[in-house]
Amino acid sequence: MIGTIALLLGFQLAGEVAVRMLGLPVPGPVAGMLMLFVALAIRRAVPEEVATVANGLLAHLALLFVPAGVGIIAHTGRLEGIWPILLVVLIASTLMAVAVTAVTLSALRRLQRRGGS
Amino acid sequence: MSELFEIWVYLAERPLVWLTVTVLVYWAAHRLYLQCNELALLNPVLIAVVVLVGILIATDTEYGTYFEGAQFVHFLLGPATVALAVPLYGQAHRLRKMGLPLGVALIAGSVTAVVSALGIGWLLGLEADVLRSLMPKSVTTPVAMGISEKIGGLPSLTAVLVILTGITGAVLAMPLLHLLGYGPEDATAKGFALGVSAHGIGTARAFQHSEEAGAFAGLGMGLNALLTALLVPLVDALIVAL
Repeated sequence: MIGTIALLLGFQLAGEVAVRMLGLPVPGPVAGMLMLFVALAIRRAVPEEVATVANGLLAHLALLFVPAGVGIIAHTGRLEGIWPILLVVLIASTLMAVAVTAVTLSALRRLQRRGGS
Repeated sequence: MSELFEIWVYLAERPLVWLTVTVLVYWAAHRLYLQCNELALLNPVLIAVVVLVGILIATDTEYGTYFEGAQFVHFLLGPATVALAVPLYGQAHRLRKMGLPLGVALIAGSVTAVVSALGIGWLLGLEADVLRSLMPKSVTTPVAMGISEKIGGLPSLTAVLVILTGITGAVLAMPLLHLLGYGPEDATAKGFALGVSAHGIGTARAFQHSEEAGAFAGLGMGLNALLTALLVPLVDALIVAL
């Protein structure tokens, strides 16, 4: 388990360094994710321990967003008066993005399958 | 009684209390969610945040004090994001075939998220700095805050809007997709849509659906962070030019 934790932290650190050095507009952990993906693709297998720890961590991904979510308490002043409008915008915009992404993806895949067969 | 109060005053200033409370409240919210047949409105992140905000208000605790404890949970977001590479690699054989559909769907979803937020917000009379804070709402917090700062928004307001977007996606995306006729077998499209439009919180919701949905959500989240960072400054420059 410690080995995998070191691996994940190492790739996060490598991601942070790469992002800073190259001036990329992505967060370090996302760059670290891409680097680990490439490393796994080169190795052509996921070590069992890495799979266990990674999946264990991801099974409770939702918990990790709770502290940031509670941060809303520090912004009540700024949200006063405009929060009903913001909620309408967020709900409408998010639902539109979900629908457009899913419908585009499945329509193109249907086309692809039809073309392939 | 006053002895108990003294113990509370001591403990309330230590990281242990708020770390424990955060994990306990989330655990209870998660159990409630499972017991109510995964009712969308009882999303564990939403319930946990509401309960914790209530506890902080009731105990008159500042967010800074709370975060000293909760930061240990918050920190794990970094390694967890890196860990997304593992389920993604599990889908690698399918990624190669799906490159073009995924790319086009990503662009369509990303543009929709930015432009619809801007358009609806403008129609409803939001001011320019709020609109700028709103545009990057669908991407993961650190990227969204960076974009917001770059174009003259309010990064801390963006952080709140990002979290609210994630919760909105986690609560409403699955019911909407169900209405649109997506079934349990459409894990790829559902997951990717959740990741593109509702970043990590959407990804967490997708993992509750299946590992496949989670893998594609993680991919959508990562790719949209890249695309939105390029897209939003462009849209902003366009609007200023008009």
